[in-house]
Amino acid sequence: MADLVSHPDEVKVVSKRFGMGATNLDRYLELDGYKAVQKALAMDPDAIVNEVKNSGLRGRGGAGFSTGMKWSFVPKTAPKPKYVLCNGDESEPGTCKDRLIFEHDPHSVIEGVMIAGLAVGAKSGYIYIRGEYRYLSIIMQKAIRDAYAKGFIGKNVFGSGRDFDIYWHGGAGAYEVGEESALMESLEGKRGIPRIRPPFPAVVGLWGGPTVINNAETLANVPHIILGGGEWFAKLGTPKNGGTRLFCLSGNIAKPGVYELPMGYNLKKMIYEVGGGIPGGRKLKAVVPGGSSCPALTADEIDVAMDFDSVAKAGSMLGSGGVVIVDDEQCIVKFALRTMKFYKHESCGWCIPCREGTDWLEKTLTRFHNGGGMMKDIDNMQYLSENMLGRTFCPLGDAAAMPTIAFVKKWRKEFEDHLDGRPCPYEKAGAVEEMAALTH
Amino acid sequence: MRLKGFNGQIAQSLDGEILMKFSDEFEARFAEMVPHYPTKRSALVPTLLYAQDEVGFLSDAVIAEIAGRLDLTELEVRNVISYYSMLTTKPRGKFHVQVCTNISCMVRGGEEILHYCAKKLGVGHKQTTPDGMFTLEEVECIGACSWAPAAQVNYDFHENLTAEKMDAVLEGYRKRL
Repeated sequence: MADLVSHPDEVKVVSKRFGMGATNLDRYLELDGYKAVQKALAMDPDAIVNEVKNSGLRGRGGAGFSTGMKWSFVPKTAPKPKYVLCNGDESEPGTCKDRLIFEHDPHSVIEGVMIAGLAVGAKSGYIYIRGEYRYLSIIMQKAIRDAYAKGFIGKNVFGSGRDFDIYWHGGAGAYEVGEESALMESLEGKRGIPRIRPPFPAVVGLWGGPTVINNAETLANVPHIILGGGEWFAKLGTPKNGGTRLFCLSGNIAKPGVYELPMGYNLKKMIYEVGGGIPGGRKLKAVVPGGSSCPALTADEIDVAMDFDSVAKAGSMLGSGGVVIVDDEQCIVKFALRTMKFYKHESCGWCIPCREGTDWLEKTLTRFHNGGGMMKDIDNMQYLSENMLGRTFCPLGDAAAMPTIAFVKKWRKEFEDHLDGRPCPYEKAGAVEEMAALTH
Repeated sequence: MRLKGFNGQIAQSLDGEILMKFSDEFEARFAEMVPHYPTKRSALVPTLLYAQDEVGFLSDAVIAEIAGRLDLTELEVRNVISYYSMLTTKPRGKFHVQVCTNISCMVRGGEEILHYCAKKLGVGHKQTTPDGMFTLEEVECIGACSWAPAAQVNYDFHENLTAEKMDAVLEGYRKRL
């Protein structure tokens, strides 16, 4: 359903079967499907973990933690069953990559889940897909049924004598559930409220059993690593940042779309060459490099390699790969407000700094954007945000605070431009009032 | 049907009795899903969404029925419902028009699409047209950022929208009836 794009600089690993009819199991088999899991069945679990460790694969959900390392934390023996949980609750504003994986290559996720299961000694896995992605749930459920019918999952997979079950699970609208401990709560049929850690999911996870939780894109990479080798995968990217990344280009850009580019691809090049630059002769104002929780970069800060470590060095995060381009006709205060409105809406309310902080910041930003701001609000917003950082059970509080701090620090002048008592100077007369009447 | 725990709304709930007959498809799905988990309640969230798809909203009768099936109290079920933004205990129109105005959509005119829908349908956020056909809602990111601005009508994505395209989308749904 979603349109595909392409660019000569792309290196297609996860996306190599996009648009090739791989939802059909026979077609998937023609395209090297289920070869990786058969290879993994003959491997020692530690060898699988090491291969993934050597690949430099890091979590594509946003945190960028080493996948192989994460798997190695699962104890060899446990009193309760172990599980693999695929996180397909993709909800970070700016991110629309897992959607394409589920739509075009659902079996690669199934394979990834199975290989993760073989590596850690789990016998079942769950693929959690956000509720809004109903058409993808239908595709995934069919893929699972087809794989069961062929004996690729279920009892005695590929005649190996081993059993592995995979189930689909659906959400019902909640960003917070993308956080791993809230995801487990949601799967257990509860409100998606984060759990206090430690213990970490690798030790005590779903229904108390050790659980490996990986993003859908992370798991979709795994079969390619098993087939191509960790060394090959590592070389596609930059040191300690193996492979490629599905970058979702969106916002004020000529050719938006999801492009698979090597880790470490230059952001400036990504915007101006891959994405075709800013349309309408307008200029770049800001780039959110990895989804709404990542501090925005100014036009002067975009000469950066898009890998986890380089973007961190530039003061932001690679996050979930959602690159949102903002041109000079947009108002940063409004952008900050819309970002905060989202976090306020999605805060589960469990811990006070997040629940109260997002509400307070959203109110302040609304008042500010409507022309009722005061000079001291600017510092106060920064102070408030800084006090949310690191003081919540899960990263949602940080996700709201970090971009706000960047907006206030880097675009302070735009905030000050709102101090003359009139609604936003960047919007046409009446627009602020009109939106206020309609919005949630 | 189970009538346990109806709190003062028996008349309304009895009216809802017809609604409590879920489709064979729902029953097959439910029967298949529950054994996938070590605890029954794990099936709750997807079950609620499928029930809502059939009934239109999570009525008292639906909540009582699902609570009974999954060995939960109605309060436990309501507690979960109130957390998830797609779940609703209030009826919606036949077509749920969900317009995204989050950052990627906003900078490409998502708010204009929302305004256009509000004007055309004559309703605001979370309001339903008098004929019960459309409910409008401003929603958070629906994962269509690279094809913004976007909206979902029920589960269908509509992307790269303009006011003209949105008009055609809404007219298309109107004609479906």
